Amino acid sequence: MNKTVQELAIKENVQLNEDTNLLIFEAPDLKEDLLPGQFANVLVKDSTTTFLRRPFSIYDFDKKTGSFSLIIKKVGDGTRKLCQFNAGEKLSVIYPLGKSFSLPNRDEKVLLIGGGSGIAPMMIMAKAIAHLTSEIHILLGARAAKDHIELEKFEKVGKLHLTTEDGSLGEKGFVIHHSLFNDIKSFDRIYTCGPNPMMKAIGDIAIENDVPCEVSLENMMGCGFGVCLCCVTDTHDKGHQCVCTDGPVFNAKEVKW
Amino acid sequence: MVNLKVKINDIELKNPVLTASGTFGYGYEFSDFIDLNRLGGFVVKGTTLHPRQGNAYPRMAETPSGMLNAVGLQNKGVDYFIEHIYPKIKDVDSKVFVNLSGSTVEDYIIGAEKLNEVKGLAGIELNISCPNVKEGGMAFGVTCPGAEAVVKAVREVYDSTLMVKLSPNVTDVAEIARAVEGAGADSISLINTLLGMAVDAEKRKPILSTVTGGLSGPAVKPVALRMVWQVANAVKVPIVGMGGIMNATDAIEFLLAGATAVQLGTANFIDPEVTVKVVEGIEEYMNRHNISDIHDIIGGLQL
Repeated sequence: MNKTVQELAIKENVQLNEDTNLLIFEAPDLKEDLLPGQFANVLVKDSTTTFLRRPFSIYDFDKKTGSFSLIIKKVGDGTRKLCQFNAGEKLSVIYPLGKSFSLPNRDEKVLLIGGGSGIAPMMIMAKAIAHLTSEIHILLGARAAKDHIELEKFEKVGKLHLTTEDGSLGEKGFVIHHSLFNDIKSFDRIYTCGPNPMMKAIGDIAIENDVPCEVSLENMMGCGFGVCLCCVTDTHDKGHQCVCTDGPVFNAKEVKW
Repeated sequence: MVNLKVKINDIELKNPVLTASGTFGYGYEFSDFIDLNRLGGFVVKGTTLHPRQGNAYPRMAETPSGMLNAVGLQNKGVDYFIEHIYPKIKDVDSKVFVNLSGSTVEDYIIGAEKLNEVKGLAGIELNISCPNVKEGGMAFGVTCPGAEAVVKAVREVYDSTLMVKLSPNVTDVAEIARAVEGAGADSISLINTLLGMAVDAEKRKPILSTVTGGLSGPAVKPVALRMVWQVANAVKVPIVGMGGIMNATDAIEFLLAGATAVQLGTANFIDPEVTVKVVEGIEEYMNRHNISDIHDIIGGLQL
């Protein structure tokens, strides 16, 4: 669907853990699929400290009820404020923005890796490819067990694997330390979103093992729709590319980290 | 019906609302959001003779009521613009200005000569004020002889409307304005961004890859208004005011201070529909105050 700026009512604001909320928006005009990797740029209403919009990956959507949801981690004034709005209040949202992950071929074995807030696009991705393959593995990484969220929902859309840095849930270490990486060549495709060092490490391993890998970047953005040219990432073949419009999804081989 | 039409040199704008270079792409990026035909005009992204990759990331820092940018004139060059971009926007019923920047007077001249051949283009906005390119525009715009030399050289080769965009990073902006008017500018636009800086205290590092960048947004509005007022009192050519305009009231403040038209910049990032809202808001203001002609607002500050 074409991008649009709208005042959307919050349908639900669910606290997932102490620093993360799920914001579900009513989007009555939502007639087409939102694509995995696309994002919404949300204005922090009535904020005296947050001037620019804040971009968030689409987590999930439902055309029948006309709604979509974002996962918001409180990392600064803007995100903290967003988590305080109540159901019924309206926020200005520009969506859908950005390009999507490419889809796997039929019956391919796919690995989705999310770290921190980067788990968000893995839900919409898993659902988007469910009709193509049943071999969907989802690997989520977090600092500790309490930082893992939405696990019940993820279990329903793929085979779930977990890591924690402190070993309190799943395997201990970063996602790249997970035993799935012992046989990484068994996967046909890897899709990942999370902190840059994590995506770089995964991208390097994927390239080494000849597994196609796409990464979803999160650079600081001014506008979100390709005019301020602030969020660029450097690439091997095309020079500076806008994360908001040329991405946020890039082939791991393209990105100069 | 109120009259919103204004003239910049011999170019008639259907209303005084333009967009600022570097905040509106090439216009078509906004076609999902607004009807481009509603705008008085738009100034496309800063264009240089040769393609430029721009500065390294991070190029942006959010600041109180504004932002710093250090994009560094990333663009594909004037030839690419003329061949591939202009055909996509030439039929919009709005006036298109190209923001032209350069590192040498020679660059400006060749760029202007090329643009002089482009039919239908309303004019050039000569950027002698970009703070983000080392040897670039601002070097010309901060001294009277520098500004005069580049404007004079471009004037000789460019026949359509020549608007010159001034830097606020000077001691006396009126003096520079008089110099560029004397050198043949048809119009003066101001302000470009204010040179600024942001620091990450935890990392003890600058946020921008270039250390310094250009400040824009509501934070600069009082400075911009003051400079527009000073320049309006110093020159006769029409002035296009900008700097932190977020809504119709802000725009009217600039018109009152002496601007014939305004440009909306950073506001486009926050609300991609803001330009049309400002056009409507100016109309609403005029109706509310029983003003039938926009010219009764321009320079209408009561002292």
